[in-house]
Parts: sequence; C-alpha cells; structure tokens
Amino acid sequence: MPKVPGLIKGLGVTLSTMLRTAKEGSHTIQYPHVKEAPPIRARGVIALHEGNCTSCMLCARSCPDWCIFIEGHKELAPPRRAGGAPRKVNKLDRFDIDYALCMYCGICVEVCPFDALFWSPEYEYSEPKIADLLHDKRKLGEWMETVPEAPELDAGADKKGKK
Amino acid sequence: MSVLLAVDMPYWLQTILRVLGGTVAVLLPAGTIVYVFLFKMMSFMQSRLGPMEAGPYGSLQLFAEVGKWLQKEDLYPDRADKFIFKIAPIVVLTSTFLLVAVVPFGPDAWFTNFEAGVFYALAVSSVSVLGILIAGWASANKYSLLGGLRAAGQLIAYELPMVLAVIGVVIQAGSMNFQEIVMAQNAGEIFGWNGIGNPYILTQMVGFIIFMIAVQAELTQTPFDMPIAESELVSGYMTEYSGFRFLMFFIGEFATAGVFSLIAAALFLGGWGIPFAWFGWDSMDSIDNWMNIVGPLIMFTKMMVLSGIIMWVRFSYPRFREDQLQKFAWKVLIPVSLLNIMATAILKVAF
Repeated sequence: MPKVPGLIKGLGVTLSTMLRTAKEGSHTIQYPHVKEAPPIRARGVIALHEGNCTSCMLCARSCPDWCIFIEGHKELAPPRRAGGAPRKVNKLDRFDIDYALCMYCGICVEVCPFDALFWSPEYEYSEPKIADLLHDKRKLGEWMETVPEAPELDAGADKKGKK
Repeated sequence: MSVLLAVDMPYWLQTILRVLGGTVAVLLPAGTIVYVFLFKMMSFMQSRLGPMEAGPYGSLQLFAEVGKWLQKEDLYPDRADKFIFKIAPIVVLTSTFLLVAVVPFGPDAWFTNFEAGVFYALAVSSVSVLGILIAGWASANKYSLLGGLRAAGQLIAYELPMVLAVIGVVIQAGSMNFQEIVMAQNAGEIFGWNGIGNPYILTQMVGFIIFMIAVQAELTQTPFDMPIAESELVSGYMTEYSGFRFLMFFIGEFATAGVFSLIAAALFLGGWGIPFAWFGWDSMDSIDNWMNIVGPLIMFTKMMVLSGIIMWVRFSYPRFREDQLQKFAWKVLIPVSLLNIMATAILKVAF
C-alpha cells in the first residue's frame, strides 16, 4: 500500500512522455531521411594532415588495437643553407587506419606531437565489405576537409603549443 | 445467432462462418494491439517514433514482421521431444480461440451462448498453462525448463484471484451466462437512476482491479514477466522456438490480451450494450437489430481501452522478483478477493 503513490507516479511519467512525444516530436530522428548534426567535437573519423606527419610511429605504437599501419623511408632534401649537407626527411609511404579495429579512443590524436591527426565529426563511412574500412593515406587526407575549426579557447585559458 | 438462423443456413456454412468470425475476433485485436500499443505507444513513451518505413506511419510493419517469421527455418533442438515441442504453441493458441468462443459481441452476435459461460472461460484460460509447461519441458533446455516451471507456478497462483474476483460479478448478476451479465449491467439502475445502467466496475471496483492484475500476470506481461525474464532466462519457455512457432506464441500472447480485455469488458464495463433506458428496451427480444453491428464496435472500443491499460502498465513497471510475485498473489490478492466475495454476498442479501 505505501508503494501505490510511486506506482501511479510511474504511470504518469510514461503517459506524460507519450503525450510530449505526440505533441513535440521524439528525441530520435529518422536517420536516412534526416541527417543528425553531431556536436563539433564528436569523434566520428580520424583525419590525417599528411604534410605534418614525420612517420615517427608514436600513434601506431600507442594504439591499443594496433589499427594504424605506417611505412616510410628517408629521403634527401636540399640543405637549408647553401653549402650545407643535404637534410634527411622522413617520407610517408603508407598511413592506414583500419576502422574495423579502431575503438575511437583518440589516443593517437592526443599523442601526435606534430598536429597531423584530427578528429572529424563525420560518421557516414560504413561499408558492405569489412576490408573497405581500411582507410588509406589518400582517404584519410580527404577527411581533413571535414575537420571543423578548433573552437575558441576560454578567456584566460593557458595557451599551449608553439608561440 | 437468430439473424443467421432466420436465413436457415446449413450447419456446415454456420460452422465456417463461426470459424471465420472467431479467427477475426482473435487476430484483429491481436494485430491492433501489437501495432497501436506495442509498436507505437511504447515507442512514444520512450520518446521515439517506432516503425515508420513500412506503410504510412509503419502501419504495415506487422505484415513485414509476419513475413519475416514465416521465412525463418523451423528449428528444433536435437534432443527435444519433437512431437510435444511442435504442438506446444498450438495448445497455447487453441486456448485463446476457445476463450473467444463465449465472448458476446451483440444481442445475437455470439459464437456460443451457454449457461456456464464464465465458468467455461476461466477453465479454458488455464489450458495455456499446459502449453507453456510442455513447451518448457520439451525444449530440452535448462532455461526453457526454468521458464516453464516459473510460468506454471505463476499462472496457477494468479488463476485463483482471477476466479475469485469474477465470483463477485457472478453473485451480483445472479448468472454465469455472459449475455445475462451484460443484460443485468445495462438494464440495471443505480439507486433508481438508470442513465448509465449499472456497470459492475462501480460496485465491483475491487474485483475489477484484482481481475486486471491477475490478467496481467496470466499474460506474463511485464511486472509479472518472471517466466520470460530475458536477462536471466534468455526468453524462458520460448527460447528454442523460431519462425512460425514463435509467431504462434507471439500471437497467442497478444490475442489473449485482447480476449481477456473483451471478457473484462463484458464482466465489468457493460459489454456490448448501451444503457437500455436510452432506447426503452427492457429485455433481450426488444433490442433493435442494429445493436448486432454497433455491439462489436463498442466491445472493440472497450477492449482497446482495457488492453491499453494492460500495455501501459507493462511499459511502465520493472519486474517482480519470484518470491514477491508469489507473495503478492497468495498473501494479498487472494485474501482481498475472498473479502470482496463476502462483502458482495452480504450486500446482495441485504439489498
């Protein structure tokens, strides 16, 4: 008997939710017809800025799933000053992320010292074949276009990075 | 069936008509309940829209689901008792079809009309326990067996308050015939005022509440869904069933909800009738013929209201534990319904 008011309240919650859904619409959206706009910092897909990558392998080594594959070689570049020795630069041959394995932890993005990896909120890249979820360098580079501008820092926030 | 008898149809034609009518009376409420309540009301209560793609507002979703089930392979476990395993869902569904046979839909629109209708309905409704028990046993699966045993214990425990709750109505109406109970409610009067007849929900409120709780338990709907508790028993006695046989269990569950709502409507809400005082009717023979058309619609409306309440409770409440469930039946519902019978009997003699 002392539980009766709680029981009635429970019925009221479901009833009011039903009426609100009928009047104001649901919290869900009809996905293929209407596209959801994810929050700007949503973890949809990882984009690669190839020019920044030095194939240092930090991301591949920190990946818990070992889903990042990097191959590179060293190339000689013209010296900075005239008469100097030619510089050695790392050239990226292969940079693949296997999204069938990726668990979207974001450690690779965090660990990258040269700002070569970015989160993009894009999420529509499912494939009929699981092997097609392996995104190569070119495809990861294309995701760069969907990376949103970094939001403004809060006022008085400690600015890190290169001055 | 006097309208039909007047045309003097041969027996086989009457039989076919009754079978067709019974099928419609079972499947139409089941389909409507599944779409309106299970698909739409539950979704809205969870702030989502439910099926929207098949047909306008997903209204053809049910046909898609049935088509899916019909395509599936009819599996049975290797060590199952195959004959028993196969007939178990048929037994459950048969109980529903037998149950609808005594429900009156109008002055002449009934399938059978015999004196001990209430007794028959209560007796036949417990046949489904057999189906569930043998389904659990024949599956050769420990979860199914546990589910079947729980179901048997629960259904037997809640059969009693259901019977006892109906006895109050039977005492008040002085008859076990559904037609006479409906008549008594619509021809009745409340202290001389006959504007709304005397639906027994007013005098038998306690009985009505107990009946609906017992129905909820008989249907193994959610506060009482220990037998099919999916987090511990997979799906209870239904675990091993697939395809068409699962569909039969599914139809049985929701068709029985509809038929029990029809019976509750006939017993407590005045059934197919409208208060006879409105049109000056005084007996069964003076009722106009159009009630045979309007009556089923009234019954359907009342069925929708009652099954809506059943489903609403189902979507709102968490599950009882097994001991709470048994305690509630034996220590609360049965004593209260016995008191209700005593009070009804005393008041019946006093007035």
